[in-house]
This record gives sequence, structure tokens and C-alpha cells, in this order.
Amino acid sequence: MAEYQGVVHTKSREIMSAWYDRLAAAAKNGTPSACIMISGNCVEILRSFDIEPVFPEVNALQLAIRKQSLPLILKAEEMGYSSDNCAYVKADAGYTFGEGGPSDGKIPVPNFLVCNFVGCNVYIKWFEHSAAFLGVPLVMIDVPFLHPDGKPTEGDVRYVVAQLRKLIETCEKVTGKKFDIDRLREICALSARAGAGWARAKELCQNTPAPFDAYFDSINMMGPINVLRGTKDAADFFDAAVKEYEEMVAAKKGPLAQEKFRIVVEGPPPYPYYRQFRDLFAAWGAVAVQSTYSTVGGIWEWGFRHDPKRPLESIAELMLVNNLCNRSLLQRYEQIKRYVEEWKADALVIHSVKSCRLFSAGQGDMRDYFANQLGVPTLLVESDLEDPRYYAQAMMKNRIDAFFESLEHRKLLRRA
Amino acid sequence: MNTAITAVATSPVARAKEICAAGLPDAIRRHPGPAFGCFPVYSPFELYHAAGLLPLGLMGAGGTIDIVHADARFQSFVCSIAKTTLELGLQKRLTALEGVAFHSICDVARNLASVFRRNFPGLHVEYIHLAQNGAGDAAEDYLVSEYRRALAGLEERLKRRIGDEAIRASIRTYNRPRALMRRLYEIRAREPERVTASEAFTLVRAGTFMPPEDHAALLEGSLAEFATRRNKRMDRVRVVVEGAFCEQPPVGLIDVMEAAGCYVVDDDFCAGWRWFREDVIETGDPVRALARAYLSRSRCSSTRHDPDRPRHLELVERVKSTGAQAVVFMPAKFCEPALFDYVLFRRELEKAGVPHILIEFEEKMWTFERTRGEIETFVESLLFD
Ligand code: SF4
Ligand code: SF4
Repeated sequence: MAEYQGVVHTKSREIMSAWYDRLAAAAKNGTPSACIMISGNCVEILRSFDIEPVFPEVNALQLAIRKQSLPLILKAEEMGYSSDNCAYVKADAGYTFGEGGPSDGKIPVPNFLVCNFVGCNVYIKWFEHSAAFLGVPLVMIDVPFLHPDGKPTEGDVRYVVAQLRKLIETCEKVTGKKFDIDRLREICALSARAGAGWARAKELCQNTPAPFDAYFDSINMMGPINVLRGTKDAADFFDAAVKEYEEMVAAKKGPLAQEKFRIVVEGPPPYPYYRQFRDLFAAWGAVAVQSTYSTVGGIWEWGFRHDPKRPLESIAELMLVNNLCNRSLLQRYEQIKRYVEEWKADALVIHSVKSCRLFSAGQGDMRDYFANQLGVPTLLVESDLEDPRYYAQAMMKNRIDAFFESLEHRKLLRRA
Repeated sequence: MNTAITAVATSPVARAKEICAAGLPDAIRRHPGPAFGCFPVYSPFELYHAAGLLPLGLMGAGGTIDIVHADARFQSFVCSIAKTTLELGLQKRLTALEGVAFHSICDVARNLASVFRRNFPGLHVEYIHLAQNGAGDAAEDYLVSEYRRALAGLEERLKRRIGDEAIRASIRTYNRPRALMRRLYEIRAREPERVTASEAFTLVRAGTFMPPEDHAALLEGSLAEFATRRNKRMDRVRVVVEGAFCEQPPVGLIDVMEAAGCYVVDDDFCAGWRWFREDVIETGDPVRALARAYLSRSRCSSTRHDPDRPRHLELVERVKSTGAQAVVFMPAKFCEPALFDYVLFRRELEKAGVPHILIEFEEKMWTFERTRGEIETFVESLLFD
């Protein structure tokens, strides 16, 4: 099967490993740390206090990729979690807070938790539970859901900024440092650079062939953009990634030997079977040219950048407006529609995961919209992003093969 | 026999039962004016009422509707209320509504608002983000602005101004049935033998299908009737029921719980319609009064984060204050907010030594034998301990 790894993958690994090392060091030496979520986060603020961010979601997905999630999920179910609860939370419960803290010394017990409630209601439960089990304080940042016109009201922005100021107070207390707005401005400038690089990389996927798979390869960039954003490492990483991808575009190279189908993928991947799932698409020469999952942390391809002149306000804007999770299902339809049109895709693939109702609740309606109203060939397959019990390779293969067979048939007919 | 029917018609509880059985489509038909569907849990009913719309509970359809279309829109692992509510719409039984409101209670309800917006372009679909943080100036100011935004949307739709005086009048109107429902629950906590759990449930649920003035009259009538009852107290276990705040259980399930040996001394059925622990202030800026009441005069809920009153601690307190001996967790199947809360509730109750049992339900379930057996065993273990 195809070899997917390249320079970007290696570089991403390097800088992410350095972060894991910092977490392990913090677990040992007590450097201040705080848990925070991926979606539309405000990691810049923590960074301005040198508070090491811990991302339970990244932790959960790592456990799933390494095929370690199931025993932890089962352990959580013994604690009372339902088989119908989001398995990200269950894996984290089993690993981190079930027995009063992670015991392998790889991640620190955080000084506090920052719940950036950006769309996903499960975030609230998750951090309420961590706070109760670990006995650490929780700072809630309640982000009003984006209105249908795509514009937050003045009241929304004021509310978020007021809560960010509260977070700053907490950071001051925990670290004993004074808030330094100039430091935050510098960090926001680095975030803007990373955002610009990420946006450019995605834009390059409008070329045929696309230089990377905007679904499967995106996770190499989602770490740097969502976790390491605001560091020089992340900004430099994106410069290097863009350079690499520009060269690939010039050389008409893509992630597969041949790009036969251009698809947009909606929904998170099945992390426990990441590679197997990817191979099913690679076998058909199908490359994702855009994906919604890659925008859970933020949407940069439409021009949003952190603004060093308005650091807090621009952080609030990311949280309120420019990330997938805080946008409605209909706004997601619009996003996908733009992807299909501007990235010239042949089809839409919806991977519906049981754990994540933020993504999946209503995806049948989404299929109806794209397949029946817009006439975009649409495939909906189901499994899970964390719980291996919901993935059935044979069935998955049948569905995907049948879909691309008929897509191929259509292409041939159109050419004839 | 004719006399039986007359007797039925004159008893407030029997009337409530009829109203509940007829359901939402009938409530829309019965009301001569325009109506507005409110998805659970809490909704600022007064705002719609002041706009001349009758707020009605948009709360699924129990077992009264066959799912024909909604299964193709929402997957198998989504709660029933989301599907039956959508099905009502897809079967064109909500077309007479002026609009509907959804709230920031869970991921399903939020996406359902979008699905409504796409499929029913004639409806005014409002989505209200209720503050998920503690009381404080920032949260209050925010909620005021959110309510004002929703009001402006209604004004534009209805081409009519909705003045503060009208909202104050609606607050006064709604304070009445809410106070009466608090009385009803006080009676149950004190003397559960006077009112059965399904009677109380039916009386509250009926309020989601009728004008608040009529609901107040219905409640007054039934409270008067309960006052004259002389039922003997039985040897039963006093329980608090928790978890059925959104999708509503079938009455049969509530009956079974009592028949199996429980007195339900508190519950969270239809929680949004009896949201406030005290009256909402009737003077001053009414929108601010509603916002403030939401933040600091409300009940605890699995759909709301409140750092000042952690729900698991509040549940233990409520068990104590109502003199309950046990807790029955009654989450709707697939209801994430309830299922998540179960973990912390269970942990806290175990610390406090309060027995508990988990009973999952679906609004459309119709056989209760297994549940009955489970509850009986639980009750026996407590009574003969
Ligand atoms: S429901 Fe989805 S977005 Fe929310 S925590 Fe789970 S996986 Fe993440
Ligand atoms: S029953 Fe639970 S999951 Fe379903 S809409 Fe209501 S709160 Fe959400």
C-alpha cells in the first residue's frame, strides 16, 4: 500500500514530540500547566504566561491511534459512563482522571482547566468531570453560538472578552506573573504567521493534483496549528510546509501516484483504524482536497488571522466565528458547498461517528441536502473516532468500493 | 355511561389527561391565535407570549407518531425526542406554528435547530444560547443582549413592537402557574399520598399545551381537590427522580414506579416549565429580570453549567431536604447530558450513602414489566434492609 509520509510529517513529529517532552518535564518539575480544548481555543493566553497547555483530546486520539483506547473505555464504563457517551471522554477518564491522575508520568496533573465551550456541550461535561475527579479548579469560557447571519453581536464579543480577562486573572494567580500584553501581541503575531501558512497550504490543494490529502495528512498540521500555535516552532513549521507543497505543486506531485478522484470529507476520522480507512480511499486514487475536520480548531482559509493590534478581540473572534464547532450545521453545509465548488471536488464523503453528536447528529439531513438538492455524489459511512468496536472493515470496504465504482462509471459516461 | 363522561370532564386531573393525550397538534388547533413551539429545557416563554404568541411545548410525540422520515435524517444513536419532534414537522403537523425555539442544551438540539431551519422555511426558527456560566455581571449583560436579539428577530418577523410593559405583564401571567406548580411539589414532598406522581406529571405536562391563565386555573382546581383528599400513607420508599428533563417518559412508566412501591417526592419532569425557584421580578427592566432569574433563581439542570451550584452536590442536598431515601436516575435513552451527569451523581450519592437505581427510558416505550421488576427488587432491598 501507499507510503504516505513526507517531510511535513517528520517535521510535525519533531515539534510535537518536543511538546510531549515539555509535558513530561512539567509532570516532574511542576511547571504550571492547564488543560484546554482544541476547538477555537485561546492557547495564546496560556502561552503568554508560560503555562504549558495540555490537550485531553490529543491525548485521547493518540491512545486510539496506538490502539490503546478500548481497555480505557471499558474502565470508564465501569465508572458509570454509558456506551452512548462520547468515547473521547471515556478514554480520558480511563487514562487521566479515573484514578486521581495520570500515573505514567507522561502528562502533568494540571493546575487548572480551561473549558473553552465552543459549540460542543460535551466539553462542559468532560471538564466538569476532570475538575471533580482531579480536584482542580475549572475556568469556564462560555462562547455564544454563532448566529445564522455569521455575525456575533456586540454583547457576544463583550461577554467572551470579559471571560478571557477572568482567565488572565487566574493565570496571574497561578504563576505569580503580571499579564504582559506585549508578550501576547508577539504570540498573536506568531499565530497569525502559522494561520497564514495553514491557509496557504490548504489553498494549494485547489491544484490538481493536490499536494497533500487535506483529510488524512491534515493531522500532521492540526497539531502545530491548534496545539503549538503562537510558538516560533509552529510558525516556522508552516513556512517549511508551504515551501514543500509549493514545490510539489510545481512538480505536479501529490500524496498518491495518481489522483483519480477529488473528495471532500466531513467528520472526524476513525483513529483506531486510521491507516486501514485511508487505504480504502487510496486504493481508488481518491484524495481529500478539503475536509471539515481540519477546521475544528479554526478556519483560516477564509482570511481570519490573529491580530497583534487587537489580541484579545481577535482571540475572541476565533472562538466565536472562525472554527467549525461554533458554527451551525447549516453553516457547515455552506462550508462544504464552498469546498466542493472552489476545490473542484467530485464527491462528498461523510464519516459519521457515534461518539461525536456535534458532528453527526443530523448528517442524514446533510446527505439529503448534498445528494438530492445539490446533486453532489455523497457517501455516508459510520464508525467511531475512538471506540474500535464500531469499525467494521469488510462493510466499510464494500460501501466505499461500491461508491467509487459508481463514481467511476459516472465519469466514464460523462466522458463518452 | 354518560355520568362517567361528565365526571371525567369535571375533574381537573382528567381534563389534564385528555389534553396531554391529544398532544401538540391538537393544542395548536385548539388555540385560536398564533403559537410558538418551545423545545426543552428552559425557554424564555414570556418573550413569545408578550409578542402575542402562545408558547407550547415542542417536546416530541411520545408513542403517538410513527417515524417515517426522521430516521433518514438522524442516526440510530440519537434520542427519540429529536426524531419525533422532527417527524411532526416532516408530517406537516407543525405548519400552523409561527415559529420554534431551540436552546444550547446539547449537541443534538443545536443541530436539530439547523435541520428545522432548512426543512421548514416558513417557520421562524430561533436558537438561544443560554449562558453556561455562573451569575455575574458579564453573564447577565450577555443574556440580556441575547434575549434582546431574539426579541428583535420576532419583531421583524411579526412587524410589531414588543414593549417592556407587555413583557412585564407576561412575567406576571407566568409567575402564577409556576408558583402553583411549586405548591404542588411542596405537597408531594410533604404528603406524597395526596397526589400520585402521574397526576402531578400530567398536571405539569398539560401546561405545555395550554395558555398559562388556563393552566393556572387547572392547577388551582386540582390543588383544591387534593386538599380534601384523605389518603392513607403507605409503606413506600421516598425517591427523587432525576434525568427526565427533556424527553418525557410515558405516564405508564411513572405509574409503574409508584405501583412498585415508590413515592416520588421530587423529579425534574418538564423542568423548563417550572424553572424558577422564586417568582421572576415583576418590576423594572423585564428582560433583565428574566436574565437574572435564569442565572440565580433557577433550578439546577444537567443542561447548564453553574460553577456556584455544582449539580451533584445540589442533588444530595435535595435528597436531604425532601427526606428522600433513594434516587431513581431516569435518563432518556441516548441523552448525553443526563448520561454524563449520572457518573458524578452516582459518585456523590455513594459518598453520602444514598441508594440509587438507573432506569433508562424512551418516550415511546409501552411495556414496563421489566422496569417494574427492577424497581420492585430495588424497593424491597430498601424496605427490608
Ligand atoms: S462530542 Fe465530538 S467535539 Fe465533543 S468532545 Fe466528543 S468528539 Fe470532541
Ligand atoms: S433528550 Fe437529551 S440528548 Fe436528546 S435533545 Fe434532549 S437533552 Fe439533548
